[in-house]
Amino acid sequence: MVTNAASLGRSGVHDFILIRASAVILTLYTIFLVGFIATSSPLTYDAWHGLFSTLPMKVFTLLALVAILVHAWIGIWQVLTDYVKPLALRGVLLFVFVVTAFAYLAAGITIVWGV
Amino acid sequence: MEQSEQNVKKQRPVHLDLQTIRFPATAIASILHRISGVIMLFAVGILIWLLSESLASAESFAGIQSLFDNVIVKFIVWAILTALGYHLVVGLRHLAMDAGFWEELESGNASAKVAFVIAAALSIIAGVWVW
Repeated sequence: MVTNAASLGRSGVHDFILIRASAVILTLYTIFLVGFIATSSPLTYDAWHGLFSTLPMKVFTLLALVAILVHAWIGIWQVLTDYVKPLALRGVLLFVFVVTAFAYLAAGITIVWGV
Repeated sequence: MEQSEQNVKKQRPVHLDLQTIRFPATAIASILHRISGVIMLFAVGILIWLLSESLASAESFAGIQSLFDNVIVKFIVWAILTALGYHLVVGLRHLAMDAGFWEELESGNASAKVAFVIAAALSIIAGVWVW
């Protein structure tokens, strides 16, 4: 019998908290970024570059990418665990998706570093 | 397992009329939330590439802006915004359900339908925005 099922967190409860905490960060980031682009129409390179050159925006962006890693890791685990029953295939798919999310984070660090 | 199989009567009525079997709104909301989530994981790759190109230089920023004139690019961006909007709205509904709201059959179905309407409205707004 399975007594403890978790992906990234230490327990199912920890997963539950992590996916919601990361969701809050991603919601705020989405609303902010869409709001910024919508209110600064037409968007210029100077305004866009200026936004991402500030420390708070770099931090916010990296927070969002860490949140994507956490959120996607747990979410993909939930989906794969429900639909992909062969263990080896599920493991490979989860590996690919989690590595992809890590790559997004690495790319994001490099991008905001250079601004 | 064996015992439960023995207890099942062999001659049970089978209802498999696909014309009348329908997922409830809550089930559709759930599966679309999963699908939009998986889509977003791919979409983030596109968005990060757009971010990288738009911040690299004034020239590459202008290049990305002219890319948005392409109908296929417009459609992809609109599709990403639609998936994101849906995932976000139904995710907020999820948080409300964590807090104890809309947990009953009736209120759960109603909130799922309201979420569909809001997500559709956001999708239309995104379409007007992109085009």
